[in-house]
Amino acid sequence: MNDAIIAVDKVTKSYGGVVANDAVSLTVPRGRITGLIGPNGSGKTTLFNSIVGYHPIDSGSIRLDGQEISQLKGQEIARLGLLRTFQTTRIYGKMDCIQNMLISVPHREDRYSDMFSRASGKVAEHADHLLAFVGLYEKRHLRAGSLSFGQQKLLEFAMALMNEPTVLLLDEPTAGINPTLINGLLDRLKRANSELGITLFIIEHNMRAIMNIASKIYCMAHGEMLAEGEPGEIQRDQRVIDAYLGEN
Amino acid sequence: MNLLSRQNLPFALILVVGIAAPFLFPDYMNEIAILWLMIVFASTWDILGGQMGYNSLGNIVFFGAGMYICAIIQIGLFYDVGMYTSGARTTHIVFTSSQYFTGFAIGLVVAGIGAAAIAIIAGWIVFGLRGPYFAIGTLGLAVASGELMASWDWVGAASGISMPVFPGGPGVQRLFFYFLLFVLAFAVLLFVRWLYSTNFGLALNAIRDDEEKAEAMGLHTLRYKRTAWALSAVFLGIAGAIFGNMNGFIEPRDIAFPVATFNLFMVVMVLLGGKGTLWGPVIGAVIFHTVKEVTWTYFLGWQFIALGVLIVVTIVYFQQGVAGWLMEQFPDRFKPRTAVTREREPALGSRLAPHPEGAE
Repeated sequence: MNDAIIAVDKVTKSYGGVVANDAVSLTVPRGRITGLIGPNGSGKTTLFNSIVGYHPIDSGSIRLDGQEISQLKGQEIARLGLLRTFQTTRIYGKMDCIQNMLISVPHREDRYSDMFSRASGKVAEHADHLLAFVGLYEKRHLRAGSLSFGQQKLLEFAMALMNEPTVLLLDEPTAGINPTLINGLLDRLKRANSELGITLFIIEHNMRAIMNIASKIYCMAHGEMLAEGEPGEIQRDQRVIDAYLGEN
Repeated sequence: MNLLSRQNLPFALILVVGIAAPFLFPDYMNEIAILWLMIVFASTWDILGGQMGYNSLGNIVFFGAGMYICAIIQIGLFYDVGMYTSGARTTHIVFTSSQYFTGFAIGLVVAGIGAAAIAIIAGWIVFGLRGPYFAIGTLGLAVASGELMASWDWVGAASGISMPVFPGGPGVQRLFFYFLLFVLAFAVLLFVRWLYSTNFGLALNAIRDDEEKAEAMGLHTLRYKRTAWALSAVFLGIAGAIFGNMNGFIEPRDIAFPVATFNLFMVVMVLLGGKGTLWGPVIGAVIFHTVKEVTWTYFLGWQFIALGVLIVVTIVYFQQGVAGWLMEQFPDRFKPRTAVTREREPALGSRLAPHPEGAE
């Protein structure tokens, strides 16, 4: 059990008559970077939403570090240290970058009195530090809503790091980012993993990117788990190639 | 700590104006007292409506609840409430000075606590609602509260309660209630300034900007929402208790739970002044109350039409309000407020040094 930090077992989720996830199983190894690929509409984001408690699942089990979380609410799961970023970037648009960071501190042990406390100098310094890490330090006083889409993605990533998660689920982190900046982002993802020890589970359409950083890849198609393996195996897998070329 | 810094200057100004006004303009003392009440209304409404993005149309519930709770305490401490409010009562009841002030003091405290308790209980129900559904749900609470009190005989039902008479001359009475409302308004302003400088302010803004994101980040959103409403309720409950005694007579529909006047004024004043700011609600309250009093005095009969025009113009053409407009015109004068400002970049350790390429 020690090896898998997330264990998804036969999770099924349907919207009305459409089965978005059909008995999907996977494990995310602790401390590594795991990728999830698959054509549009194959059920990747639905699976993410199931894991983070965004919607209830129909059947199956999801465990975080051995603890069953499929019945918990999203906020409770987030407080356990399992965090997600959104495909359509979500930040607090009317607040400036520093405020976005300061309210993203972990809420694991919040007491009622903490509602009325102020960010300590240490927390503020950590926020500055992470903003510098994603390259937004110069823009820290700007309203988050006025940043470009790519910068908002970086801010959302920094906010997630501020929350000190043990596992971070990223939904298409490179989508919509200027190609010249993708390398920088991938490098930051790798360093969040290696230096902060955060387990990453990433949905990605950019094959070159995900093959580069992930040590294990899952491929979904039509709501089912199609294949799993190391990047090299997945790239050679005929089923994966067929799914992407529309053979199925 | 400079007491006359730029941030404290408005407070010093208000303190001077508030203390001097009843002696400079004794004829307008009641109107100015109501202005302080309006500032309490606007500033407490803005906690939810402006800072948190939840448009409540039911805040008047706490005002009316505070008014009735205080009345029941003031009477019930010394007499039987059912007997006191009975239409068949023929004896004249006089409260002594000490009875009046003891009852009133205890009543004020219980009114604040009781209103907050109602907010916490009602919050369980209505905070499942979002957007326009929250507005309608809270409006339902306000209407229902008025109707409930109007059918409850023990508290006088629709014919209301004659409050204990103030043990002093009319001049002292006016000054007494003027200063109570002024102190309350001043306390509210100090309180919200402090509140918005803590994590609470950040959390309210986060809920306003993207509540789902805040939930996904693990924020205790429901806890913040209920506490925010309860804090507004404390001040509104106390305001209701003061206003009921100032008025001398309370009844459910037009004084305690006036859905179409005070309840609506809260929203209009905040929109007019600029929601989500510290001073916007105050500016809105001053403009609104002045326009209202002037039209009442000089255009009697047209006053509600004039107010209606003001409301429509505000909502259609001037949603950002006075404060929002000023911030658009003079952005440099309103630098973003942040917890810590440093001129130099933070010293970076070996961990997570900034990427050499930087961002865009």
